[in-house]
Amino acid sequence: MSPRSTSPRATLNRRQFITGVMKTACGVGLFGLGLGLYSQRATSLPAWAIRPPGALPEDDFNGACIRCGLCVRDCPFDMLHLARLGDKIPTGTPYFVAREAGCEMCEDIPCVAACPTNALDHALTDISKADMGLAVLIDQENCIAFQGLRCEVCFNVCPIRGEAITLDMQHNARSGKHARFVPVVHSEHCTGCGKCEEACILDVAAIKVLPRHLAKGQLGAHYRLGWEQKHEAGGALVTPDVEHRYNLPEGMRYEHGGRGLIQEAVPGQPASPIPDNPLDVLNRKGAL
Amino acid sequence: MNAFPGQTARAEQGWLKAHRWLLLRRASQFGILALFLAGPVVGIWIVTGNLSASMTLGILPLSDPLLLAQSMLSGAWPVASGLIGALIVLVFYALVGGRVFCSWVCPVNLVSDLAAWLGRRLDIRASGRIPRDARYWLLGLILLFPLATGVIAWEYINPVSIAHRGLIFGMGWGWTLMIAVLLYDLFVVRRGWCGHLCPVGAFYGLIGIRPAVRVAAARREHCDDCMDCFAICPEPQVIKPALKGAAQGIGPLITDRQCTNCGRCIDVCAKNVFGFTLAYRRAGLGLSEPVDDGASTAARGAETATRHPVSSQPGG
Repeated sequence: MSPRSTSPRATLNRRQFITGVMKTACGVGLFGLGLGLYSQRATSLPAWAIRPPGALPEDDFNGACIRCGLCVRDCPFDMLHLARLGDKIPTGTPYFVAREAGCEMCEDIPCVAACPTNALDHALTDISKADMGLAVLIDQENCIAFQGLRCEVCFNVCPIRGEAITLDMQHNARSGKHARFVPVVHSEHCTGCGKCEEACILDVAAIKVLPRHLAKGQLGAHYRLGWEQKHEAGGALVTPDVEHRYNLPEGMRYEHGGRGLIQEAVPGQPASPIPDNPLDVLNRKGAL
Repeated sequence: MNAFPGQTARAEQGWLKAHRWLLLRRASQFGILALFLAGPVVGIWIVTGNLSASMTLGILPLSDPLLLAQSMLSGAWPVASGLIGALIVLVFYALVGGRVFCSWVCPVNLVSDLAAWLGRRLDIRASGRIPRDARYWLLGLILLFPLATGVIAWEYINPVSIAHRGLIFGMGWGWTLMIAVLLYDLFVVRRGWCGHLCPVGAFYGLIGIRPAVRVAAARREHCDDCMDCFAICPEPQVIKPALKGAAQGIGPLITDRQCTNCGRCIDVCAKNVFGFTLAYRRAGLGLSEPVDDGASTAARGAETATRHPVSSQPGG
């Protein structure tokens, strides 16, 4: 047999080999395309699903979490779930729903301790530094505190009471004579545990935990708040305001932004130009 | 030829002996599931987590090395328990045979075996053919995803973890994937998922470099060519060299890394050709492994699979 006579067979084998490989590669490539497109959709987390404390930013979390459920099992309050196939949450990843049960903020953070991958960051050792989201009193039309009623449930259940949520006393314009105690969330202290949303007495909570990127606005970088600049510098950075002079009768003073009109006692004069007895005014000559 | 694989063995040696490894395997599969389910179902917490990562009695961490590798490729660095757990799993399967995971642990094996059983019972011959090395391509693909996109995309559809996690934490729509595997195996490609595509199985196959436990056709001279072992085997291409390779000087040990050590060939053989052997006893039985490292075995396997797809699937 000459060497030439074997070559067609060799060519055929090479052809078969290459087409075989190409078939597999194309099949796998198509599969990969489908999986890639699906995974893009499947990676989005709805705002009502909250990650356990210490969870990495959502993009990193979906790479680090191996969906083992150890955090779910080690939660002493059994409020974490693993997403099932078909849920609107990345399959197999842990989450909780604040309205059903918020995070109890255990001091030893057992869910983080159980995580084998750092998807729940083991650097988190102080639960008050957790950042699961941010509570927002989102529906001021329905929150009864805004109606002037005493509720304050969210304020009272807050694990960081008095810091993450405070009550702001405001004038009740409806009645004109009452106060209203409005809950105010402070983003630097709120961990997003969701106890406020869980406890809200409305049928649908007025205060809700949102992902921080949805809840927070940001001031333009060029903004400078004058009073803060002044405080930092220890004095006015622009020409200081000239104190306004009021043209007032003797013994009177005006405090802007404070007590208003002030009447100062002058020795030897009646305390007020207006007599105590209103009849004196009426009986005065020339009156009326 | 037998009406079904193992007919002669059952008639001659009794039902129990013709199913002993199958029964042990089912006991292992259901036993492991029971350990995981004892906590959520009856409140006896022995093992928590799932096959992706688990904690046994609060001291023994185990984690899936393939999943952990994907997590690390996405840029995460696991904690000690995760790494130790993966190491334990790696060493264990390197010793007992990588794909022992597939036949003794994996819950999808129950689906795949059901499809194979139905196929034999109902005489449905799935005739689709795809190369058995497609699984390595898929393995490469799923490792590429976390590297390129930072997301473990495979976990969105992985039937292995979705089945196991589903049984323990809630199935959701996961059962549709199980039906898909069943129908695919039954009607499209015989042993199509576990034997051709599953990248998890491919990974565990690669772990089993030189396992201490192997099946050997020690009494291959007694083989009467009934073909039952080929018919029952989920990876029939692994049997041929060991059983029929005497003339070419190939030893009776099944060295192919795709052998899942399921032991069904031992069960169904009426001539008791096959048996498990341990590494330290092989020398005594004259079953020394061929002088051959793992890489060239794999290369030879891949070559066989691509050049002779028909001969590599005698049972298909």
